[in-house]
Amino acid sequence: MKSVVIEQKTLALNGDEAVAYAVKQSDVDVVAAYPITPQTIIVERFSEYVANGEVETAFICTESEHSALTACLAASLTGARTFTASASAGLALMHEMLFVTSGCRAPVVMAIANRALSAPINIHGDQSDTMAQRDSGWIQIYAENAQEVYDSVIQAFRIAEHPDVLLPAMVCLDGFQLSHSVENVNVLPDDVVKKFVGVRQFPTVLTHEGKMAPLKLDPENPMTMGPLAFPNYYFEFKRQQEEAMKNALRVIREVHDEYAKISGRTYGDGLLDPYFLEDAEIAIVCLGSTAGTVKTVVDELRAEGVKAGLLRMRTFRPLPVEGIKKALEHVKAVAVMDRSMSFGGFGGAVFHEVRHALYDLDKKPFVVNYIYGLGGRDTSPMQIRTIYEDLQEILAKKRVENPINYVGLRE
Amino acid sequence: MTSKEKGWKEISIAAVCWKPSTEFLTGDWKTYKPVRDLEKCTKCLLCTIFCPDGAIHWKPEKEDIEFDYNFCKGCGICANECPVKAIEMKLE
Repeated sequence: MKSVVIEQKTLALNGDEAVAYAVKQSDVDVVAAYPITPQTIIVERFSEYVANGEVETAFICTESEHSALTACLAASLTGARTFTASASAGLALMHEMLFVTSGCRAPVVMAIANRALSAPINIHGDQSDTMAQRDSGWIQIYAENAQEVYDSVIQAFRIAEHPDVLLPAMVCLDGFQLSHSVENVNVLPDDVVKKFVGVRQFPTVLTHEGKMAPLKLDPENPMTMGPLAFPNYYFEFKRQQEEAMKNALRVIREVHDEYAKISGRTYGDGLLDPYFLEDAEIAIVCLGSTAGTVKTVVDELRAEGVKAGLLRMRTFRPLPVEGIKKALEHVKAVAVMDRSMSFGGFGGAVFHEVRHALYDLDKKPFVVNYIYGLGGRDTSPMQIRTIYEDLQEILAKKRVENPINYVGLRE
Repeated sequence: MTSKEKGWKEISIAAVCWKPSTEFLTGDWKTYKPVRDLEKCTKCLLCTIFCPDGAIHWKPEKEDIEFDYNFCKGCGICANECPVKAIEMKLE
């Protein structure tokens, strides 16, 4: 198919505003939200669009995040396109409803401005909040910059609502680094986005009346979703969710490619975004905005003749296992960066999963973990350079002395 | 679990019920079942109102009530509420 990149205008938007702008263009029926830093700008901007009559969305101010997600879930089950946003303690309060939403196969889209969890209280960025929800059955996409935030929110509606997927999706943006930093963001015209997201499609299901009907609450075709399932059926429903996640690996790539044709922008294959990785001997794996800093360091190292590379994981759920194996099988030493902790575990969540994915390779790279940036602590290019130097030392010594390391932590 | 039960590829997604609730006989949950003393019962019908499962029916043709043991879970609310203590909960 011939690709026709649409002419776009450039706006100065921070990450939160980029989310709000994308939601405004995505023909969303219901937004229910509760404010929390650093997400607040998203729903503030969106409520302005509602007040100005720029959107026809029903905007519900709830009394808590638990209620916000419940309202989105209920609206989604009637067939509405729904959106909410949260962070940190707000996402933690949604915990119960995250599982209900994915179990009811409601394609709610939620932006998360990643923030640390209390105690001690901290409003700044790290990925503890979304990493703690990685088993909740939601798709998780981590953006590198405000442009990708905008693009990912639009894509998320298509991915979540795809009849082979039907899972809720989180678009994660690093608190403050992305949520509050103003960048140039190219935006598509309203009509182009509206056409791209389209209208929700519904698979048909067998109802208790013995009829095949579209999966939505409708008085014409009554149905019950997510009621009691005993030990004889609960397990089968969970297996269906796993299959939907597998399908999402394909759909995320397809939607990414289709969007690239109109926007002219790509992020690797939509799942993994490699940078100077083909001939790399040493590589960093990370999620989110830190990838921008790592790329700067890779450029410097490449100029010095060092074969350094980066694998940015855009999608953490579903985990692109085959892609990770293919991307890293030739690399000799890998540093996985985690912006959250798994207390008492062996390193952070991203480390667990990347190292786990590489276990079946005949020739495995050394894989070490670097925990960094907790509670909004800055991570400098010099610190990233030190990680690459550590990897070179591992290759020289042919052994790992410290599998788990902390970046910028005072002893 | 019997072999009659369906696999994950066969059942509706989103845990949508493919059978009406009347096919799920919840009466087999009960340990105690309500038994009525016909001498004492005044047919006031308070039990039909209090039953949380709608498992006590007024039968106009018999001009009497009937327990539906397919759906009575044995909670004992009817026995507790009966003003003339005409209902006794008996071990099944």
